[in-house]
Amino acid sequence: MFDVTWLALSPIFLQISTDGMNLINYDPRQFYAETEGGSSFKYVIVPTGRKIQRFVNMAVEGNSVALPQFLKKIELIKQGAEARVYRGSFLGKPTIVKERFPKLYRHPLLDEKLTHRRTVQEVRSILRCRKAGISAPVVYFVDYTSHCIFLEDIVGSITVRDHIASTPLSSAQKIPEERLDQLAKKMGQILAKMHDEDVVHGDLTTSNMLLKAGTESGETELVLIDFGLSYISALPEDKGVDMYVLEKAFLSTHPNTEALFEKLLKAYAASSKKSHAVIKKLDEVRLRGRKRSMVG
Amino acid sequence: MSSHSEHIFFRCTRPITMTFFQCAQVFILFKKKCIHYNSPSPSNSLAVMTVVIGFEGSANKIGVGIVRDGEVLSNPRRTYITPPGQGFLPSETARHHRSVILTVLKEALEEAGLKPADVDCVAYTKGPGMGAPLVTVALVARTVAQLWGKPLLGVNHCIGHIEMGRLITQANNPTVLYVSGGNTQVIAYSERRYRIFGETIDIAVGNCLDRFARVIKISNDPSPGYNIEQMAKKGTQYVELPYTVKGMDVSFSGILSYIEVRSGKMLKCNQCTAEDLCFSLQETLFSMLVEITERAMAHCSSQEVLIVGGVGCNLRLQEMMGVMCKERGAKLFATDESFCIDNGAMIAQAGWEMFRSGQTTELSDSWITQRYRTDEVEVTWRD
Repeated sequence: MFDVTWLALSPIFLQISTDGMNLINYDPRQFYAETEGGSSFKYVIVPTGRKIQRFVNMAVEGNSVALPQFLKKIELIKQGAEARVYRGSFLGKPTIVKERFPKLYRHPLLDEKLTHRRTVQEVRSILRCRKAGISAPVVYFVDYTSHCIFLEDIVGSITVRDHIASTPLSSAQKIPEERLDQLAKKMGQILAKMHDEDVVHGDLTTSNMLLKAGTESGETELVLIDFGLSYISALPEDKGVDMYVLEKAFLSTHPNTEALFEKLLKAYAASSKKSHAVIKKLDEVRLRGRKRSMVG
Repeated sequence: MSSHSEHIFFRCTRPITMTFFQCAQVFILFKKKCIHYNSPSPSNSLAVMTVVIGFEGSANKIGVGIVRDGEVLSNPRRTYITPPGQGFLPSETARHHRSVILTVLKEALEEAGLKPADVDCVAYTKGPGMGAPLVTVALVARTVAQLWGKPLLGVNHCIGHIEMGRLITQANNPTVLYVSGGNTQVIAYSERRYRIFGETIDIAVGNCLDRFARVIKISNDPSPGYNIEQMAKKGTQYVELPYTVKGMDVSFSGILSYIEVRSGKMLKCNQCTAEDLCFSLQETLFSMLVEITERAMAHCSSQEVLIVGGVGCNLRLQEMMGVMCKERGAKLFATDESFCIDNGAMIAQAGWEMFRSGQTTELSDSWITQRYRTDEVEVTWRD
């Protein structure tokens, strides 16, 4: 059954031209329909090493050269810690392709297990957030052989990290302060919504939040990205650790912004229904640091 | 500064049984020395070479090192090794340190060819580490400082590792992976502090490896981590183990409890050999470390990595980090075991930097602490 499903798919793969433009005619729904709706997810779950090897061999045997060739043609914008990010066009829409390339320093079995798990978790968390109305990029397509995710490109956006870095924090000028206060409030609100959905981001840093310039002047929208380490959890412990990760990343990247983070937490507490337990856990987690004097 | 010199003068006088003439001699001798400390001008310190002696004994290694202007003159060390299957306890470790420290100190001075009068500053490990050994070493450092009439300096152990790594490798501004039996941190310098970007939220990676070595009862000589590395070279089968990276942090207690519980059964049923377990454990642990380092590098846009700490001797870790760096176009800096493992010269080197930027520790402040974070220290010698 495993082999037959794969053979049934191969004609579709071979139809893809190496010319990126022809991908406009490539309809992903057809791909999934061919494999009985959800079974495209089923066949990639390989429990033992041998099946992974066979699967990888089939992928290499020319059945999905289209995707790597497509990636060669489009623009590589960043090589992050975990994945390469490309910008291109898919189905006529501006797209970001996030490719989790194999890490050569890891053992191949460990690498395959990790990248697959992270790809699946990322897509699931993004879809869950989007269903709840939280700003996250749209998922256009996922390729499980090369671990690529095709996401919506948020055009005209900068990371919150760059935004804060470029805004002077001098107390003399009031306007930048207000701008950052608004930003902190928005961040608190969006995180509250996410945690109310029981989605724990896992890697909250200011580089993983984008500011999108809205249509009306001054109205900026906050978009969360990079859900690679995310998981579903209702425990205030996990949410508290999530906020702690953000606090640490915030304070180590942008020194002297403790007041800003306080405003973020206030907005979080005001917007979330279950925030009290989470803030309490956060205070507990703060004291936990290693080699930290636990007095006071 | 004058009160400081009087302080030393008072402590350094010999017992009252001396004759008046002898007292006068001692007084003049120390007064001369104190005048020197009273006015350290920049031109003076540049002309005079600064020699610092460092005492390190926060874990089971006791070392005394002497550094003169970036040159390591001597660096002897002794390790307290326990029988297989046992770890080292604070009281026994302190007892071991007490029995060898004076021998090591003598060795250090002889090897460097210096007399106590040639030393300019006495540095010791203020923390973090194990309580009893730290107290033992601090006691000796305080006594020696008062006997010789030299200023005292309490140094952070982690800063010692970083400064020694920077000295030996001449790295410019690297992302530092500090991995040892007691600490696992990813550190980057920013605005007068060594900021911790990622760390372990429970136990250190070296601690995980050492405790696994106890479970499979391999020898602790020269160190459990070294023996695990040798065994791992013979391992072939990869055993799946839990992989826990939480954002920029890692967690090792889960993988340790998993392997402690399962290894007995796995070995008994011959599912895998002890070598396979060592191999799999190393692969998993080091992958986690390389991943958090890579994240910190991406976050800080850094192009250099420096590995310090006892686990940094592991060639497999260096290899994996090298592969990661090559993929990113970054440079890897690592030192050999004489500087990776706890040693006295690293405390001397950090002390040298601190002393040259004008820091000293008053006798009343020369306590030790088991809890001393790397980012608590103000780095006055870098801008």
